[in-house]
Amino acid sequence: MAKFEPVLLKRIAKDNSDHIDSYIADGGYLGLKKVLKDMAPAQVIDLVKASGLRGRGGAGFPTGLKWTFLPKDHPGPIYLCINADESEPCTFNNRVLMEKDPHQVLEGIILTSYAVGASKTFIYVRYEYGDAYRSMERAVQQAYDKGLLGKNIQGSSFSLEAVMHKGAAAYICGEETGLIESLEGKRAWPRIKPPFPAIEGAFRKPTIVNNIETVSCVKNIIDLGADWFKSIGIPPDPTNPRDAGSYGPKLYCVSGHVNRPGLVELPMGISVRELITEHGGGVWKNRKAKGVIPGGNSMGFMTEAELDTKLDFNGPGKVGCLGLGTGAVTVFDDQTSIVDVLYNICRFFAHESCGQCTPCREGTAWMFKIIDRIRKGHGRIEDLNILEEVGNQIGTMPGTTICGLADGAGWPVKNAIRKYRNEFESYIKNGDKKVRTLNLQMSHH
Amino acid sequence: MATVYINDKAVDIGDKKLNLVQAAELAGVTIPHYCYHPALSVVASCRMCLVEVGEKKPDGTVVMQPRVIPACQTPAKDNTVIQTATAKSKSAQAQTLESILLNHPLDCPVCDKAGECKLQDYSYNYGNSESRMVDEKNTPPNKPDLGNNISLFTDRCIMCSRCVRFTREISGTAELHVVNRGVVDLCPVGALASKDFLYTHRVWNLKTQDSVCAGCSTGCSIHLDTNKNVVYRLRPRENPNAQGYFMCDDGRLGYHYVNSSNRISKPHMKSESGADLSSWKDILPTLRAELNAVALKNPAGIAVMLSPFLTVEEGFLLATFIKSISHKSKLVLGPVPVIGEDDHYPKTRSSVAPQVKFTIRNEKCPNKKGIEQIIKHFEGDVIHVADYLSKNTPEALFIAAGYQGEEVSWFDNNLLELFKKVKLLITQDLFPSALTDVSKYVIPSAAFSEKEGTFVNFAGLAQELHWACVPLKQVRTDGQVYLDLLERKGLLQAANIRDEIAKSIPYFSKLAGGKLESNGVHLENIS
Repeated sequence: MAKFEPVLLKRIAKDNSDHIDSYIADGGYLGLKKVLKDMAPAQVIDLVKASGLRGRGGAGFPTGLKWTFLPKDHPGPIYLCINADESEPCTFNNRVLMEKDPHQVLEGIILTSYAVGASKTFIYVRYEYGDAYRSMERAVQQAYDKGLLGKNIQGSSFSLEAVMHKGAAAYICGEETGLIESLEGKRAWPRIKPPFPAIEGAFRKPTIVNNIETVSCVKNIIDLGADWFKSIGIPPDPTNPRDAGSYGPKLYCVSGHVNRPGLVELPMGISVRELITEHGGGVWKNRKAKGVIPGGNSMGFMTEAELDTKLDFNGPGKVGCLGLGTGAVTVFDDQTSIVDVLYNICRFFAHESCGQCTPCREGTAWMFKIIDRIRKGHGRIEDLNILEEVGNQIGTMPGTTICGLADGAGWPVKNAIRKYRNEFESYIKNGDKKVRTLNLQMSHH
Repeated sequence: MATVYINDKAVDIGDKKLNLVQAAELAGVTIPHYCYHPALSVVASCRMCLVEVGEKKPDGTVVMQPRVIPACQTPAKDNTVIQTATAKSKSAQAQTLESILLNHPLDCPVCDKAGECKLQDYSYNYGNSESRMVDEKNTPPNKPDLGNNISLFTDRCIMCSRCVRFTREISGTAELHVVNRGVVDLCPVGALASKDFLYTHRVWNLKTQDSVCAGCSTGCSIHLDTNKNVVYRLRPRENPNAQGYFMCDDGRLGYHYVNSSNRISKPHMKSESGADLSSWKDILPTLRAELNAVALKNPAGIAVMLSPFLTVEEGFLLATFIKSISHKSKLVLGPVPVIGEDDHYPKTRSSVAPQVKFTIRNEKCPNKKGIEQIIKHFEGDVIHVADYLSKNTPEALFIAAGYQGEEVSWFDNNLLELFKKVKLLITQDLFPSALTDVSKYVIPSAAFSEKEGTFVNFAGLAQELHWACVPLKQVRTDGQVYLDLLERKGLLQAANIRDEIAKSIPYFSKLAGGKLESNGVHLENIS
């Protein structure tokens, strides 16, 4: 197989890759100009639909289909919210795109706005992303100066205003309705659905929420065509009627116990093992992997034996993970205690639960208290059953919460208990060196 | 027409727009809930109302959704199927309760809410008997002075956000997480406690009587909670015809005068000889005789002031009595206390006025409208006492005051001077004053919690008062006094008098039969 040439990351190593002049010199905004001249919005939507593009934010919802949920003949305004609140741990693909090639992102945003008929776009950037925010802000200003944003873009009848918005520094702001609430200046408590944002979103107007990587893909589909996009990746799994296929290039973040952590662009559907060995330089210190988090903390775990799983929208689910997530692969080696790993994850979700729904607010905090106690050497075997039960009962899938954060908080817990139960039991029964040290430290206080 | 199936029972909900909690209520099935409140927006966050929901297809088969659904968030549609008692629903409810109680202090023995607490009720009906959490509970700091009237027990809070939504949607004051505007009844648990009621009584010892707040002409429907003749608390009673779901702090906390020891506790008559009378047996015949004597000398020499705190029945009986002494006697309206302007909620900073959801009226009396109609019936028009006395000086003046409240005098010095010009003053009131000092007859009034009768609010809504306490030993209710003066036998039965009024005054015709629905009756046609 010929070596895959990056598309989304093609320009990131160049000098001044974030400047509009360099972007235009590389052929940037030509696609936009062509679309404004020759294509109707409906044609853009059809093109994106034909490409099979699915949202890169985590849930993998078909992008073109999402756009068609907007009410027909709405008097407007229609809004496009760009979700750049990239807060899934170990995920940094949006950040690199915004910092190194903001105009690619912006062209995607303008194209998407044109397709859905949005007159205003809100670019909601994670609070911690200072550089990315400034880079996007500069890009927006440069685009205004060149007449690529504002009234009657490039002499067409299409006008678009872009508004930069700094996020509220919470994980929940990445949930699309939490993001909208936060954008409106409220506490980011996810909304109850229906109505979905496409019907009633930001400021009670129809709103599309798309991810940074998704709109970057839109830009490249315009330039290279739906057939190009569909030639990459893997077709639908015939055994899974709900799988719409996983097409196009994907940005994979590799982190954790590998020799060469970083961001790589690859065709959708590479196996975890290949990603780690070929692109992450293998597990560090010549150790073996104990497990992998396939796409952000909320996706659960893959064991060493499951590493041949393909990282497409359908693959991780086959081994009991929640899904592909953000494509951020985190490796932990065989010297790592699974108790520590789960402790960290539970701490994260207990901290980030927005507190709105009872099962999630109380459940995440309870799970953290239990794993904390186990880690300190006071665990009981029945705690594992409670953890698994709580992990199973919170979330939108059983129907007990408003948003999917709880599904993501419960998944790694039940995955960990199921896949590493022996280690937990042994830890509870025998403790380990770390526990003794910890208890010793505590007795000195 | 829409039919909803609740636990296999078909209920026709007509074309009403209901959620599943409300629809189930129609079928007599309670779906437990905390965050949902009919007057507030739906947030579906407590997850207590999770049930199984499905749809009955035209061929009769039922397709259930795979996950549990919050009933408060789901509209009831034709052929909706709800299962509240299946293993799945019950397990979801038990899980939610377990979560809610994980960090709850379970301090019921010292909690005011115990006995009327939704945590207790639901735990008993839907929960598990013990907690599986062995870890330490969270102990957020309490805020004993959340406001002048409210104490917040943070550790008992279940985060239903009813109070927060109240301050945004009803009062419009939007204190962030802070509530100091009388929303303690909203709290389904013991987190928000009324300081006024705090640690005064266990709720299961209280007797509850339906009544009407006498604080302003809105006439909020209330529950009057008493024990052993002492009023401990007023709570709003849901009434869409009157105020809706809530009541204001002025009304809620304005009852203390009822229990005051300063109240006039017996009738009294000053005699020139110094042998004062203080028994009903002696005073009433003397009073009647004295009025008759005045009427004989000067048929137009008697005037009666009816205060807007009297019930319709009291006004009618007193007017009937005085007209029976002399049909030329004059009926006038007592001072109507007014403070400031009507206070509308929600408050807003926007230039667009929001839909008014609650009003505290500036007219601080409950029955001006009812008394005006009585006076109109007998006199043709309504004259205020000050206007009347500034032009006329009757020989005798019967002042049926009964003004509720201890702090503020209902008359000013000018009016007092006018009163003093009258030779024979008969004053019926709750508290001693400069006026009772100069009156020959002083007759005690009953408080609103001690009498029965009818108030007509600003909009013409007639509502019924029920007595919750008996007056002090030597106090008769105002109506009873008039009945006795009329030499009618027996105890006052408000329903009988109401029927009598309905037959003789057209304005009150809808009260015929004497029975009054708990939500009241609109006497005027409302457009």
